[in-house]
Formats: sequence, C-alpha cells, structure tokens
Amino acid sequence: MKALAARRRNPIVATLLLFVALLGVGGVYAVATSAAPAEAVATADQTAIDEGKRLYLEGCSSCHGLNAQGTATGPTLIGVGAASVHFQVSTGRMPMAAPGAQAPVKPVDYSEADVAAMAAYIASLAPGPAIPTAEQLDYTDADIAEGGVLFRINCAQCHQAAGGGGALTQGKHAPSLMSSSAQEIYEAMLTGPQNMPVFADTTLPVEDKQAIIAYIKDLQEAESPGGIALGRIGPVAEGLFLWAGVIAVFIGIAVWIGIKAR
Amino acid sequence: MSEITTRDSGSLPDHGHGAPEGTNPDDLARPLYEGPGALPAADIPHRPRRSDIDPKAARRAERQVAALFVLAMLMFILFVVGYIAISPFTEVYVPVFGLIGAQNFVLGLTLGLGIFCIGAGAIQWAKKLMPDVEVVQERHPLRSTPHEDAEALDQYERGKEESGFGQYRIIRRTLIGAMALLPIPLIVLLRDLWSPKDGSFGPSPVELLSTTAWVEGMPVVTDGTYVKLRPEDIPVGGLVSALPENIMEIQEAEHNLNARGKAAIILVRMEPDEIRAQQGDGWDYQGILAYSKICTHVGCPIALYEHRTHHLLCPCHQSTFDLADAGNVVFGPAARRMPQLPIGVNEEGFLVAKAPFAEPVGPSFWERG
Amino acid sequence: MSTTEKVGGKVATYVDDRVGSNRFLGRSLKKVFPDHWSFMLGEIALYSFIVVLLSGVFLTLFYKPSMVEVVYDGSYVPLKGVMMSEAYASTLDISFDVRGGLLIRQMHHWAALLFIAAMAVHMFRVFFTGAFRKPREFNWIIGIALITLGLGAGFSGYSLPDDLLSGTGLQIARGIVQAIPIVGTWGAFLLFDGEFPGTEFISRLYGVHILLIPGLILALITVHLMMVWTQKHTQFPGPGRTNDNVVGYPLMPIYMAKAGGFFFVVFGVITLISGLVTINPIWIFGPYTPDQVSAGSQPDWYIGWLDGALRIFPNIETVLFGYTISWNIFIPAVILPGIVFTVAAFYPFIEAWATGDKRDHNLLDRPRNAPTRTALGVMAITFYFLLFIGGGNDVIAITFDLSINSIIWFLRIGVIVIPPIAFLVTRRICIGLQRKDREKLLHGYESGRILRLPHGEYIEVHEPLPSKERAVLESAIESYRAPLPAPQKVDANGVRNKRYRLDVLRAKLSHWYYADDIKPPTREEIEAGQAHVAHDAALEAPLHEYDEASTVMVPFHGGILHTEGEPMSNKQQLEERGGNL
Repeated sequence: MKALAARRRNPIVATLLLFVALLGVGGVYAVATSAAPAEAVATADQTAIDEGKRLYLEGCSSCHGLNAQGTATGPTLIGVGAASVHFQVSTGRMPMAAPGAQAPVKPVDYSEADVAAMAAYIASLAPGPAIPTAEQLDYTDADIAEGGVLFRINCAQCHQAAGGGGALTQGKHAPSLMSSSAQEIYEAMLTGPQNMPVFADTTLPVEDKQAIIAYIKDLQEAESPGGIALGRIGPVAEGLFLWAGVIAVFIGIAVWIGIKAR
Repeated sequence: MSEITTRDSGSLPDHGHGAPEGTNPDDLARPLYEGPGALPAADIPHRPRRSDIDPKAARRAERQVAALFVLAMLMFILFVVGYIAISPFTEVYVPVFGLIGAQNFVLGLTLGLGIFCIGAGAIQWAKKLMPDVEVVQERHPLRSTPHEDAEALDQYERGKEESGFGQYRIIRRTLIGAMALLPIPLIVLLRDLWSPKDGSFGPSPVELLSTTAWVEGMPVVTDGTYVKLRPEDIPVGGLVSALPENIMEIQEAEHNLNARGKAAIILVRMEPDEIRAQQGDGWDYQGILAYSKICTHVGCPIALYEHRTHHLLCPCHQSTFDLADAGNVVFGPAARRMPQLPIGVNEEGFLVAKAPFAEPVGPSFWERG
Repeated sequence: MSTTEKVGGKVATYVDDRVGSNRFLGRSLKKVFPDHWSFMLGEIALYSFIVVLLSGVFLTLFYKPSMVEVVYDGSYVPLKGVMMSEAYASTLDISFDVRGGLLIRQMHHWAALLFIAAMAVHMFRVFFTGAFRKPREFNWIIGIALITLGLGAGFSGYSLPDDLLSGTGLQIARGIVQAIPIVGTWGAFLLFDGEFPGTEFISRLYGVHILLIPGLILALITVHLMMVWTQKHTQFPGPGRTNDNVVGYPLMPIYMAKAGGFFFVVFGVITLISGLVTINPIWIFGPYTPDQVSAGSQPDWYIGWLDGALRIFPNIETVLFGYTISWNIFIPAVILPGIVFTVAAFYPFIEAWATGDKRDHNLLDRPRNAPTRTALGVMAITFYFLLFIGGGNDVIAITFDLSINSIIWFLRIGVIVIPPIAFLVTRRICIGLQRKDREKLLHGYESGRILRLPHGEYIEVHEPLPSKERAVLESAIESYRAPLPAPQKVDANGVRNKRYRLDVLRAKLSHWYYADDIKPPTREEIEAGQAHVAHDAALEAPLHEYDEASTVMVPFHGGILHTEGEPMSNKQQLEERGGNL
C-alpha cells in the first residue's frame, strides 16, 4: 500500500499512467490532443467515457445522482471537470465511506485507469478544469520565495504557515500538505474540493501555482535547522513540550539533588 | 581559609571598622566564623553514607566528580571545533529528531553537556563528599523591640518638630499642591508618542479608523501579484485576497503598511441566488461579493472561506461570519458583522469599488458608536 | 594554605576594610537552609532568568529593532528577495548567518518560557504549603508582580521578531487596547504612533523589553531574595523541626555547591534543549504584513489562557449614548487578568482575615491540612487549564478530530461548572486524607496482620508510627484552625459592635474555610494512642519468636497460615507455648 501511495504521489508517474490509460483505450492519437482531428479524439475517448460511466454508476451515483445532477447527499458533478474527479478519487476522499463533516483521505479502491475513465466521463458531461499536464506541474524553475509570499496570502490562513493544516468550522479541517503531491496541490487549487475555495488560473496563473507548489515542496523536504521540529505548529506544541518535558526533567533533577546519597 | 575567618592584626596598619586605638586586641583576633554556628540536632536520624565509612567509596566519588569536570573541558573544546568546522547549512539525520541542522545540534549538545557536567560535578561533590549532617539554627523574631519602636517614634516626632511640618500649614499645603501637579507635565510629555507630521496633527483617530484607501471607482487588484481583476476571472466558489490598486503608491508615500492593514479585502463568488442578504442593495456584482479582510473582533486578517457553507472563520479566535447573509456573525466572540464593500465594474470591465466602506473596518473602538 | 587562598584572603581583607563585608560573610556563610526538592523550583526560575539575561545581551548585538522595510538578502533561500522589516531580517540573520546565533536565540526563548513556568510551579509550591502566610505576605506580592512582569517580558519578546505570528499577536494586542472604554482609542494611537502597524512600535517595545521590564524584574528579584534571606526559609514539618528553628545544611559549603551546581545544571539543560528542539521557527512563519495570517496562530503558553478567554467569551457589545463598549474583548482580556492577579496578590490577606491568625508561620502546611486552600488552588489551576485549552482549541480540534464549535461550547459551560467541581472533589480528598492521618496518629499503622486471640477473637495488629512520620503527621495540630465564632451584636458590657456586619461576613468566610476540617487529636491523645499501639505490637511479639523458632505459623496478610503437616490448631499451638500470648 505504501509503495503504491508513494508511486501515486509522484506526478510524473501519475501522468504517465493517465497517458497509458488513454493509449490503451483510445489509440495513439489521444497523445497529441490539440493536433488530433476532433472526430478521432471523440472516438478514442468514447470507450473511456463508457467505462467511466459504468464505474460512476457503481460507485458514485447513489449520492451524486444517476446523471451526476446531484442529490440531497451529494453535490452535482456537472462541470466539476476531470481534475476534480482525479483529486477526489485518487486521494481516496471519494467515494465517501460514511457521511461526515468532511471526506477523509483513505486507501484508494480504483486503479489509475479507472480514475482516468471516471474523469473522462465527468469531463464529457460539461467542460471543467482538466487534469494538469506534466508541463503545468513542472515547478523546477519556479521562484520559491515568490511562492512563499503567495502561499502566505492564499493558503496559510487555512493550511497553516508550515502547511501542517488547520481547523475549520463544525469539525471540518484544512488537511496537512506535508505529503501532498504537486498534482494534488495543483488540482485542489484548480477545483476547490470540499469547502476549499477555487483559485482559478485567471486569478492565480499557472506560474504562481507552480511557485506555490515549489514552496510547499520545499517545506516538505526542508531540514529543521533548530533541532526536532515539534510539528512546526508553534507555541502550543512548545508549551506542551515545556511542561511535559522540561519542567518534568527539572523536577527530576531537583529531587535528585534533594535525595541523600547512600 | 584563616585569612578570611580570623584577622591577623599584625598585618593591618589600620584596624578597620574605625576601631579606636587601644581596643582590646582580643576583639580583633576573635574569629568571625564561630564553628558551625548551629548544632546537629539530636533527634534527627542520620545514617552515614558509604563514602563516609569506606575510603574506597570516597575515592570513587572523588574520581567521579573529577571525571565530570574533565568531560566539561572536553565538551568546550569540541564546541570550538564544531563552531569552526560545521557550516550553518549542513544537515544531519538524527534518529527520532529527523533531518536537522548540524551546527545548532553540535553546538547545543557540546556546550549544554559541558555546562551540565560542571553543575552535576558540583552537586555530586556536595552529595557524596561534603558533610551531610543536618544542623539546626534558631530563628529570631523579626519585629523590633519595644525600645527600638520607641526610638523610631521619637526620631519621627523630633523630625516633625524640628522641620515644623505640623506647624507651617501653608508650606505643607503648597508642597502637597506642587507634588500633585508634578505628574501632569510628565503625562503631557507623552502626547507626542503619536507625533505630528509636518507640524500639524492631521486627522483624528476616529477619522483614521473610519476611512480606508477605498474610494469610488478604485480598481481592485490581487494581493501579492497586484493584477486588476475582471468579473469573469473569478469562478463561482473562488476566493481572491485583494487590495486597492494604488496600495503600493500609498505604501511608498507613507513608508508604512497602515493602509494595507485597513484596505485588505477578500472577493468571493457564489451563485447570485445563494446570496440571502447583503449590506446594501446590489452591492455584489453578479454574485461577486467584497468583504473586509480585517476581523471586527480584534483585527486578525481573515480568509478562511468555506465555499459551500459561505462561512468565513477567523483563525485567531474563531469568530465565524456568513458571507451569504450580509457578513453577519454566526459564531464566536465577534459582535459586529464583516463590513461589505460595494463593487461593480468600470468602463474597461475591471472590478472597482462603487463606494468606500460604509462603516469602519476592523475592531470596535470607543467612539465608533 | 595555598597561594590562591592567600591572595583571596588579602582581597577579602582589603574589601572588608572599606565596606565591612566580613561581618556579613561570617554570619552568612553558616546560614542554614532547609533541604527539600520543592524549594529549588524558585531557583529554576532565578537561573533561567540569568540565562535569559546572558543570551539576551548576545541577541542585542545583532538584532535591529526597526520596522523599516528592506529586501532580504541573507542565506535563507525561501525568503530571498522578500520585503520584510529590518527587525525580521536581523532575526533571520541571527538564525542563519551568525554562527551559534540560532542556538542563543533558542536558548533565550526556551529559558524565557521556562522562567515563567518555573515561577508558576514555584508559586504553586508556595501556595499549597501556605508559605505565603505571615511574615511572608510581601514576598508573595512581589512574586505575583514578578509573574506579571514575566508575562510582559515574554509577550514583548515574542513580538520583537516581527514575523507573521508575532505581528498577529500585536494586532490582537492593539484590538484589546482599542476596546478599553474611553481611553482605548487614544491609548492605541499613542502606543503605536498612529495606526496599526505603524513604524515605531517594535522599537518602543524593544526599550521596554530590554531595559524597563528586566530592570524591574531584577530589582524585584533582589528584594525577593533579600527577604528570603532575612526571614529565613520555611521548612516542612519533621523530626526536630519547629516553628522557631531551621534544620538543614549551611550555605558554605553545601549550598554553595548544590545551588551553584544547580545553576550550571539549569544553564546546561536549557542549552541542550536549545540544541535539540526547535522553538519559534520564524523563518517558516514569514514576515509580518497586516493582511496575512496563518491558521493556528497562538501566543506562547503563558498568554494562552487570555487568548482562550478571548475565544470563548460570548459576543456582547453595547452602544451607549453613541459610545461602544466591547465587553467581548474588555472583560476577557482586561478585566479577567486584572481580577486574577489582584485576587492572587491579596490572597494572603483574605485568608489571614478569615483565620484571625496573627502568628508567624515558618513551618509549612501539608496541603491536606488546609483543605479549602488546597481546593481553591486546584480550582484556580483547573480554570486556568480550561482557558488554556481554549487558547489552543484549533490545534486540539485537528489533533483529536473534534469540532472547534463543540470545544468552545464545552468550554463556555466548562469554565463555570468544572472548577467548582474540582474544588469540591479536592476538598473531599483532603478531608479524607486528614481522617486517615488522624487514624494513624491514634491507632498507628495497620500492619495488615490479623491475629487470633486464644478466646477466638481476631484483631489486626497495629504498629507505632516511626518517629519521622509521626512528626510529619503531628504537624496537623499546628495547621489546624477552628472557625471563628459567630459575632455578638452586643458585647458583655452592653457595647454595640459597630463592625457587626463585617464580623458576620468574616465568621461566615471562616466557617466556609474551616468548618469541614478534621480536628486532629491532641498530643495527649496521640501519646495514649501510640502507647496502646505499642502494647498491641508487644502482644504479637511472641508469635514472631515462635515463628522464627519452628515456622509453625507464619503471619501473613489477612490471617494465619498453617504450614504443612502441622496437626495442631492455632489454639493448641498457643497453649503449648504456655497458654498466654
């Protein structure tokens, strides 16, 4: 499971798998999407869409409705786009095991091909944000410092300055970003999953998103210059450590000084 | 230690203490430290330590203490080595601690252990080798004797009499008056803690707290990237932290972030039919709403917007506002709704403020009303 | 005599000729201090304050208290080129470009947190043992002042780096000042030189942080220690210890070594922790700008309770004659700490008034022997702790998957309901322990051995208390207070009591304090009881002898065990030994 998760988080692998799926069901033309004749693409996608619809009816329709129009228990999926489907299903958030304040991350039941098929189905219902391309996800040249500024303006208020996550109202929470892949981060910004607002490419252009991803990736990998990090959540953890650790140590030492030697 | 405890009168040309010539030399030679000064208590149980009985144990304790001091020396030398050898950005992986900065780790470890060893050595010395028989010392009453009381009172009365404080009524009253006025100039001095600019005092606090950089027609730009926004840029469910277009100019002119602290807003977009109420008719633009970012409780910037519930949560004290319902408070300690900024578009199609904020943004204040 | 001693002796003489120091030294070096681990808690505070001073001096060499915006050009890459205040940039430089700077910064911060925590723990010790009683009331007040100043020192220091977290703290502080009726708005403008954040506040705070507050703390610590010196330390009850003596070790050499060594231990442990554990990673939080915030913005632990109070207080605000009163801020952030510190400072006088006790107390109370006081202390700690939970409710919510709304509602009710429950439970426990002590004093230890007497009666063997424990338990006599009698309206001579109503209140308070306490037995009763116990033990003694001789019967918990192959009954066995026990 761990190995699978690690592979899943790798944006390149995920994208490759997506391509493999498309190749498998639709043929070589699918790769060059913009250049390919529209009709051929339609045929190529159709198989994936059909498979996606089947999976959708099995796993999703009880809440989101037979035609993805939404019900009392689940919002409409028309127009949410492939990116949204990929984010929700490939992190295990959807399908939800039980109704709750928020869909939790859990082990994934679907293969990458299944996810791609469902994404294709939902995308076929109405236009929506597409799954980001490898080029969009390439943050190697992004400016980390600029990403940090944008992160603190747009993300830190919910996900905390160190990306450790934070509480929202009524038991909801903004999850930790410490193990999120570039693709997950990108898709989340693009689609606004659960209660997260949307940060569209129009207000937060691709290069800004890449900068933010670069900053988060840096946070994930960064050493802790001052020693053990205490979760990087600041004063609460420090206070706890002080009372449970430091004060306890000092009381121990004081007792040692007070005990008579034998 | 006899140099401290007994005075060798022969070595002293002056006897000190202003003692007159001919003082009994015995007094000077009297040891200032008279034995323990306290007696071991007979009824306190005492058991000798191993180091008291067994010379081997005593020697072992001696070696233990010395070893701690040697360890301290070693650590201090290692500290200097670490200081020179390790560059600030060297990382080291330490189990349990994870990937941490090597320099801080080594410096803290060596210096800390070194200092700790000095202390541990001293304590061990006291515990093992110094006498551990408890002694008793009497307490003496703290209060003065009746004689001393009486003398203090006498001296007070004498002073009162000689100064004539009780007698010269006018002096007494004017002195009290002068002392009462003394704090006033000192307090007045504090007035310019908020200093006049260009010799004039400028707008009052109330005016400053009641105005922001938002004026009619002021274009909205994104925070951080400072790009003007069109309505179609913001999708439904979107959130944008925004500022007035001229914010950087103001900051450069004023050399501070005051304008930013008041003018920060958030833009959110919802389906127009989801908006249940607003602070003014048509203050949205096609479902785009602009609210102040500064909490009305104690002023934290808020942007924890939940796009399905339309709730806005303050991360500092958890005040919750409903942006679909005129920014009213739904939970938490804030007593006032979030002020709304009326927005529209200008001829070029960019989002602009239609009017300034109708009420002061940020925390309440006395004169706010 | 070594050369060093000769030189030292000459120096001592030289100084003594000018200031007469040997007289003081002679008396002081033999001064006796009682030994108990809890007496060192105050020392932790003192030593960590010294570490704060030392590390603080180092930091002043590099820190720039300026809010001028600069572009960062230090070696921390994720902030390169970002606009920030000079204060923040210089703090980053201390952390990354001054070797050992991060260590010293972390030492400063850890030692500061420890300083306040150690003061708090020290205060608990003083409170629960009644060490604040006459003649030490002034020193208690100085202690409360020191804690208050400690909070001020801590908060001002927390605010200096001008990172996103500390700036948010200042924004909140500004909001609180603004909420003070009448003077708040002007107060805030004067403090901040105009609007928030302004450009002056950090440098003003700097002066307060490095000069004013430490100066006051140092002065008060000096007075605090001089008073301890003059009044001599309190001691716990024990053999040979009375209200009029001090039993312990002399300053020279024992406490020179122990207390001196403890300073190095505190210093060393703080340094170790600062080398191993991150505190306040300001580079993660980023520079402060008034339009940014991080989730999970909290103050340091000692301010946490006030932040918690601010979080859970209901949103009440009134407008009277066109003026706004923000009760939702003013009460939790100004009135509440005001009341807490005032009541704490005056507590010794409140208790003394209720007791009518004017004696000196150099022997400490055991917490159980002052049930109401102990319960009040636990109640206060519970109240504090609940508010502290409020201050970290968002962190608690995500850690334990709870809803912040439920936590806040729990706390809104909890801070009113739970502390009184804690009070009642603690008092009950104390009274229970008092009962147990009384039993022990009268009937000795329960040995757990059951003895059957020749006529068939079972008794449990009690043993007399060891002298040390008896001395400790007997301290209940010293600690016991009877409630004050109800006052008379008219005294025996027919004079009307002018302070009748006040006296009624006082009697009621005294009743509430002491009515439920268990009256300890008198010394005569204890003597009789222990003598009886000794007699019991003597009863059992032959059994032990018998036991050792042939292991026929072995006493064990709850009965008498027959060893294998022994046909006789207990009675027979005993009869065989002469028929008497």
